[in-house]
Amino acid sequence: MHLSESVNTGFLFLAPWLVFFPVIGLLINTLFGHKFSERMIGAVASLASGAAFVVSVLLYVTVSGAHGEAMRWQLAEWMHIGTLSLDWTFRVDSLSTTMMLVVSGVGTLIHIYAIGYMHEDVRFKNDVGRFRRFFVFLNLFIAAMMVLITGDSYLMLFVGWEGVGLCSFLLVGFWYELDLLARPSWSNSFAAVKAFVANRVGDFGFLIATFIMFWAFGSLQFDKVFQQVPTVAPGVIIAITLFFLLGVTGKSAQVPLYVWLPDAMAGPTPVSALIHAATMVTAGVYLVARSAPLYSSVPEAQNIVALVGAVTALFAATIAAGQFDIKKVLAYSTISQLGFMVAAVGMGAYVAGIFHLVTHAFFKALLFLSAGSVILGMERGHHHAAHANHDNHGKGKKGKRKEERHDARAERSHSDSEGADEAHGEVFDPGDMRNMGGLRKTMPVTFWVYMAGMVALSGIPPFSGFWSKDEILLDASMHNQAAYWLLTIAAFFTAFYMGRQIWMVFFGEARHEAAARAEESPKVITVPLIILAALAVLGGALNLPFEGFHNLGHWLEATLGEVESLPLNLQVAGISTLLALLAILISWLMYARKPFAKDQTDPLASLGLFFKGMNNKWWMDELYHLLFINPYIKISYFIAEVIDWRFWHDWFHEKVIMGTYNWISFTGLNEYADQKGIDAFANGLGTWTQSLAGTLRKVQNGFVRSYALSILLGVVLILGYLIFK
Amino acid sequence: MEFILQPLTLVIFFPLVGVLALLFIPSENKNAMRWTALAVSVATFVISLWVLGRFDASNTDLQMVARYNWITVAGWNIQYFLGIDGLSILLVLLTTLLTPISILSTWTAVEERVKEYMIFFLLLEIGMNGVFLVQDLFLFYIFWEFTLVPMYFIIGIWGGPRRIYAALKFFLYTMAGSILMLLAILWLGIHGKTFSLPDLIAQGGIPANIQMWLFIAFAAAFAIKVPMWPLHSWLPDAHVEAPTAGSVILAGVLLKLGTYGFVRFNIPLFPEATLQAAPWIALLGTIGIIYGAAVSYAQPDIKKLVAYSSVSHLGFVMLGLFALNPEGIAGAILQMINHGISTGALFLLVGMVYEQTHTREFRVYGGLWKIMPVFGAIYLIVSLSSMGLPGLNGFVGEFTILLGAWGAGQNGIFYWGGVWFAGISAIGVIMAAIYILYMFQKMFMGPQGEVVEETKKHGRAIRDLNWREIVTVVPLLILIFWIGLYPAPFFNLIAPAVNHLVGTLPLP
Amino acid sequence: MIPVDYYIILSAILFTIGVLGVLVRRNALIIFMSIELMLNAANLAIVAFGSVFESFSGQIFVFFVIAVAAAEVAVGLALIVEIFRSKRSIDVDQVSSLKG
Repeated sequence: MHLSESVNTGFLFLAPWLVFFPVIGLLINTLFGHKFSERMIGAVASLASGAAFVVSVLLYVTVSGAHGEAMRWQLAEWMHIGTLSLDWTFRVDSLSTTMMLVVSGVGTLIHIYAIGYMHEDVRFKNDVGRFRRFFVFLNLFIAAMMVLITGDSYLMLFVGWEGVGLCSFLLVGFWYELDLLARPSWSNSFAAVKAFVANRVGDFGFLIATFIMFWAFGSLQFDKVFQQVPTVAPGVIIAITLFFLLGVTGKSAQVPLYVWLPDAMAGPTPVSALIHAATMVTAGVYLVARSAPLYSSVPEAQNIVALVGAVTALFAATIAAGQFDIKKVLAYSTISQLGFMVAAVGMGAYVAGIFHLVTHAFFKALLFLSAGSVILGMERGHHHAAHANHDNHGKGKKGKRKEERHDARAERSHSDSEGADEAHGEVFDPGDMRNMGGLRKTMPVTFWVYMAGMVALSGIPPFSGFWSKDEILLDASMHNQAAYWLLTIAAFFTAFYMGRQIWMVFFGEARHEAAARAEESPKVITVPLIILAALAVLGGALNLPFEGFHNLGHWLEATLGEVESLPLNLQVAGISTLLALLAILISWLMYARKPFAKDQTDPLASLGLFFKGMNNKWWMDELYHLLFINPYIKISYFIAEVIDWRFWHDWFHEKVIMGTYNWISFTGLNEYADQKGIDAFANGLGTWTQSLAGTLRKVQNGFVRSYALSILLGVVLILGYLIFK
Repeated sequence: MEFILQPLTLVIFFPLVGVLALLFIPSENKNAMRWTALAVSVATFVISLWVLGRFDASNTDLQMVARYNWITVAGWNIQYFLGIDGLSILLVLLTTLLTPISILSTWTAVEERVKEYMIFFLLLEIGMNGVFLVQDLFLFYIFWEFTLVPMYFIIGIWGGPRRIYAALKFFLYTMAGSILMLLAILWLGIHGKTFSLPDLIAQGGIPANIQMWLFIAFAAAFAIKVPMWPLHSWLPDAHVEAPTAGSVILAGVLLKLGTYGFVRFNIPLFPEATLQAAPWIALLGTIGIIYGAAVSYAQPDIKKLVAYSSVSHLGFVMLGLFALNPEGIAGAILQMINHGISTGALFLLVGMVYEQTHTREFRVYGGLWKIMPVFGAIYLIVSLSSMGLPGLNGFVGEFTILLGAWGAGQNGIFYWGGVWFAGISAIGVIMAAIYILYMFQKMFMGPQGEVVEETKKHGRAIRDLNWREIVTVVPLLILIFWIGLYPAPFFNLIAPAVNHLVGTLPLP
Repeated sequence: MIPVDYYIILSAILFTIGVLGVLVRRNALIIFMSIELMLNAANLAIVAFGSVFESFSGQIFVFFVIAVAAAEVAVGLALIVEIFRSKRSIDVDQVSSLKG
């Protein structure tokens, strides 16, 4: 234990329970869940996550009691070999408490939301048993994320880092068998594998960074590394930070490894909200912030990080503007916003980065969950529509819903693995914005919370996104002009695609029967949305750019060192606000003044190739296939079949080694040496022996008396010899 | 009695009790044979735990030594010499653990010639434990060759369609390498007037050029067994044809005989040659990692995939051993155990599903998770352990190996190779994710595969695991988590011996 | 005391009868008896020499021979019985399967 005696450790001993509570939750659900009702499963999981939140709050109290001083709690030994010594040590400081509050807070809300969401989702997808699995994975995720943010060494961070990657894999592939269903283009299991592999590429960078770090610093423990920064050559630190950057691009979906995140939307919506928007993907930002002393000492690396972030922000924003799937828009938006954060921490504006991380967690979780509510509403509507046509009994009334669903299930279980949609005939995509429209009226609560998220994301004052984004832009304008302009343009696109989405989804007329019959979600879904909406609106108060209001900045100062608290810059704020408003206005002109009609081509299509690029994600997936995936497959098949099997196994071993051996033994030795040499001699010997035996056998006449006689003669001869010699 | 009650002698020869008992069981009574074999192998495991209890990790000398003169003719001094230290104890435990598990795994899979089958397994256990515990080179060679015989029959009698070919190839291939080793052993014994390993190490003084030849002769035997690229060609054949339990033992323990040989004989006996050879072995290890991972991905057969993944994993072990620092060697030894556990478990699981579906082609699988949720979860955990997910056992080994290799590269152990070996090997971590996840995806995710219908046609429905099968894998699962989360007890067993070993090397 | 020569001569006569019996007769039982005769001829000679040299070893040796002869009788008779069972005769000339 390395605790200084003077510090009051308060609730520090609870730190491991951040991990234990979710693990206990998942164990209970794994072992006994089959006996529980859905409500019970959800309650256990939510309580586990809620308990982690309570612990986070208590730890926050403890840390603020110690003025943000870092505290460590050693749980157990881990790896001690040679000079390597690593322990399971939890680190509680202002940065990690901030993260754990966000993770467990937002996480718990999403758990609660998921009780309602998954209740319906498993029924639409016709596999009620999978409800439990979802919550097991979700708890596992919380546990892994807690390891990530409370780890006291880079390697413990890495445990969480890959652990959340695993959860991402499991949850993206949650509906692993549905690649023909609902969303024709999404092969869920491929998306899951893609997520894991892309992350692994990043993890490769992370690993290399830890190797360099260990042999340069002699430790992987944060404090020990940071203390020695001045004594280590900058070149080494640049290498470390850039390899970490590779890890960041994987986990936080930055160029060039971002490609997995859009596909990851194959997971159920609460997953997209929790993992692929609010928490896991921000791990990269956390990593850079955590490594602040390293990054701050090498400006060259910082510039690269900032540019990677800024380029990602703009690049992804353009793609988001060209998407039709409600979740894909949000996915690219997430990539773009992560770009903002990475750019911020890259420029050394760690507080701004973390601030944006927090507000983004609020409003992006809100947006995703609302989108999930929209999708559920659409599915309900679709369901009613199908049954209205089918049974001819008019509107699906609320009271009859359960019964109908029951029918539907029975019906579906008759149809085979092709899945639920056969019952409904055509392939219907409840996430396609072209099918929506006018949902403002049918789903009012969802509409209002969505609006809250939209204004926060677009950066309209005084909502939370404005303050955090503005802080990033302000820092960029001072440190890195290129990044500043990239980010400003990205902010413009952000407002545009959010405007586009709002107009397409909630305004105008319903473009599909399902949208017309859509239905508001139950309370278990809407209440968490309302809480998140409040946070999204007010979250900016954490760190207002006015004297005395830099709360988050001061809070993080204890961990990140001196933080510059900038006042509001009217020029930067003005430009970004004006651009956002302008973008929303443009989107209104394009999508709302003349409402988007059914089967209409997108007004953006007039941009020609540019829109095609945005719509097709700039063909990045195809490019990666061409450059990496196909060559990899080809090469490995070539090595496996041609080199390893046909050449090495079949040709070399069978033909050359065994063939040579066979030739020597059959032809060389058997035929020539053996048959014509040794055999001839041996046969000759044999023949001779045989003829000799033929002669001698006559002695053996079989009469005992003749044998006795020969014995007698022998005895007489021997005796005679002995006597007369 | 004193001779028999030596703990190490007991560990090695206790299975003989089972062999004798099995001889007297009438051949109709298959269950009695299974229970006898299981009971004896479990008892052996308990004995090995007793050895563990008596083992003092902080002592770097050989412990529980049993040493008797055996053949002392014409100035030759061959001894019955057993001893255990930190390098071998975990491997012995792995052997005694995997044997009952593999016996349990064939409860229903083997119905013919059960008696012979069980006898061969117990004999195999004797051979393997002998290799790990013997400290006399001559006796070592005997045990080394002895392991071939039962395995030859296990593959050749209970194997797949091309079993004779595979068994023969396995036998000849390994035999070919051992002959060179035998020559080297004879040279050492005659030159050093003793076959005792500790004495030979203490004597030292083998001229550098001869060391190199002896090193190569030993390495030939071990490298084939490991198998190191490019001598791996027998492995896929042997694995594909071997019955499930055969594959488990083959991957789990027999391959470790090779890596163990390197760390037990090559490194301490020929330190100068080891230093010279380090970059070359590391190069072969690195190639093996990448090559094995790439080839795994392209396999249509599950068992073949796992077989090639062994080439990749053991490349890691070799890389770690020849990093020649405590991190690398300890990591490599732990990785031997990890590989035994994870790959052993993978083969077990493949066997369980094969027993139901009678096919190992990916092509026909798919969506199994839905039908076999428990199996899917266990398979996932084992796969993840195999690809080195942090928190599971594979990671601890791989990380320490790569860390050690990187350090070795920086400190000039690898000469021209530098940190490239570790850097390129780390790509193997990505490639492992690719082939493992590909396998998992093809088997368990996606729409339901043809295999379900095919199996139904034969009047069987695919079922989830039964209790016996779960009991078979649970010990391995526990170890997967234990080593991953709390490897301290394991490292504590290995570390003093490894530090001692590294201390004896003339490192630059 | 009877001189030792007499014993020797008696022993030689007995032995010769035995040899002739074995060589001439075909009946296995007779051959067998002849063999016994030869054994006892030898015994007689040994005992005689033993008394001449005043040594017990001759007598002890004879005891062994008698014991062995008893065993031999058991085996030999059993063989004859078996031969009779299979051949329905104890004519040794009919037992010639080993003829080369």
